[in-house]
Amino acid sequence: MDILKEISENLELGDFEKVSLLTKKAIEEKIPVEKILKFGLIGGMDIVGEKYKTHQIFLPDVLMSARAMHAGMDVLKPFFIREGMPNSGKVILGTIQGDLHDIGKNLVGIMLKGAGFEVIDLGTDVSPEKFIETAKKEAAYIIGMSALLTTTMPMMRKVVELLKKEGLEDKVKTIIGGAPVSKDFAQSIGADAYGYDSTDAVESVRKLFNQA
Amino acid sequence: MTDLLKRIKDGEILVADGAAGTLLVEYGLKSGEPPESFNLTRTDVLEKIAGLYLDSGADIIQANTFGASSLRLSMHSLEDKTEMINRNAVRAARKVVKDRAYIYGSCGPTGKILKPYGDTEPDQVYESFLNQLEILVDEGVDVIFVETMTDLTEATLAVKAAKALSSVPVFATMTFDHTPRGFYTFMGVSVESAARGLEGAGVDGLGSNCGNGIENMIKIAEEYKKHTRLPLVIQSNAGIPKIDGDRIVYPETPEFMSEKAKELISLDVSIIGGCCGTTPAHIREIRRVVDSLS
Repeated sequence: MDILKEISENLELGDFEKVSLLTKKAIEEKIPVEKILKFGLIGGMDIVGEKYKTHQIFLPDVLMSARAMHAGMDVLKPFFIREGMPNSGKVILGTIQGDLHDIGKNLVGIMLKGAGFEVIDLGTDVSPEKFIETAKKEAAYIIGMSALLTTTMPMMRKVVELLKKEGLEDKVKTIIGGAPVSKDFAQSIGADAYGYDSTDAVESVRKLFNQA
Repeated sequence: MTDLLKRIKDGEILVADGAAGTLLVEYGLKSGEPPESFNLTRTDVLEKIAGLYLDSGADIIQANTFGASSLRLSMHSLEDKTEMINRNAVRAARKVVKDRAYIYGSCGPTGKILKPYGDTEPDQVYESFLNQLEILVDEGVDVIFVETMTDLTEATLAVKAAKALSSVPVFATMTFDHTPRGFYTFMGVSVESAARGLEGAGVDGLGSNCGNGIENMIKIAEEYKKHTRLPLVIQSNAGIPKIDGDRIVYPETPEFMSEKAKELISLDVSIIGGCCGTTPAHIREIRRVVDSLS
């Protein structure tokens, strides 16, 4: 069988040992690392994302696949550094100030990394100032914010307002998500995009980069 | 007070209380503060909320201990206060309800993801539950209410910890999402596996809370009925919240929920109560309907 397909299938199964072994084998077979990443690891993660979206699999399966992806990435990393890391763009992620819930946010991070984005995860309870400071320092194009508590949702508006105040609204785009968050809410606070779930968030982030 | 399980077995339907979070915010809980912080600073508010639900006719009042396992409290650096947080919550509720209502010792998720999916050892989670539940039992809760669970392993660890400690009845409820393939928790647990797993762990009652409005809860109760003969516990949200400006609105009115509660009654659900978005007014209406039909 095609080794890249084999990597993708084992990633789907969450078999991190096999993914690691096969990735090494692929490198020995002189397959370009970019190809291994795109068709093996990201290819597998795309299928996982699609299956998760359609409820064929659940969070535990995604977490196992993510672990397998990281195992593959660890093998590829030294080669990226040598050849220059392929990078689809930089995204700042965090749970908004006052909120400590991070399962959803972490999942979005996994999916974004799986899709080849560079993710800077600020963790939980992140202040609007910290989001913007980091975006400036890292020259990131996207800030992704998550909230689970209805009481912390209004804090997201502050980030959008602060960006406008600093005249950064064209340089930095915002995307929000989380259980109580909706498309209407995103529009009402002036966020640029909304992610219904982790796979939808990846699509929305892609769209924002394409419009850039 | 008559034994709670005996009343249920004799066919009585009991009414549990509704949401506390919204009321806590109304009484000054700040954004980002854990609700359990009031157990240290504002037990007067806990008493007030218990009183409101008692007056609205609830048979069961919940102690404010949902996030009071030491693992969960560690997210707020409050784990050293686990004992006081749990004791104060039960004492505040008991002070108000005396023997006029039962007290639920609430036990929610630790917020950790267990190995192999996450980084937390099951033993650590078990110890954390054991530690919390020992205090709740010592304070004399009438029921241990393992609730809002999405991971069946975590739920059964809590149930097993409770059963290892005492003979206090244990209820466990899980939170399901409505997917095109049916009801599953976000960790992928179906109603059928929840019923099997929780029964296996030795619960005295089981069901669902949070995550759904009452119409979905009726479907979840129907599904449970196919897989268990244990008493059912259903505590529904007042629908799925909508945003009105910066305000969060739960769409289901007391009248709507109590009308739909009739279907829960006809499914022989033993305990009907509320979760997010429900108010003393919702519980009052549910009480009225339960009394009129039984």
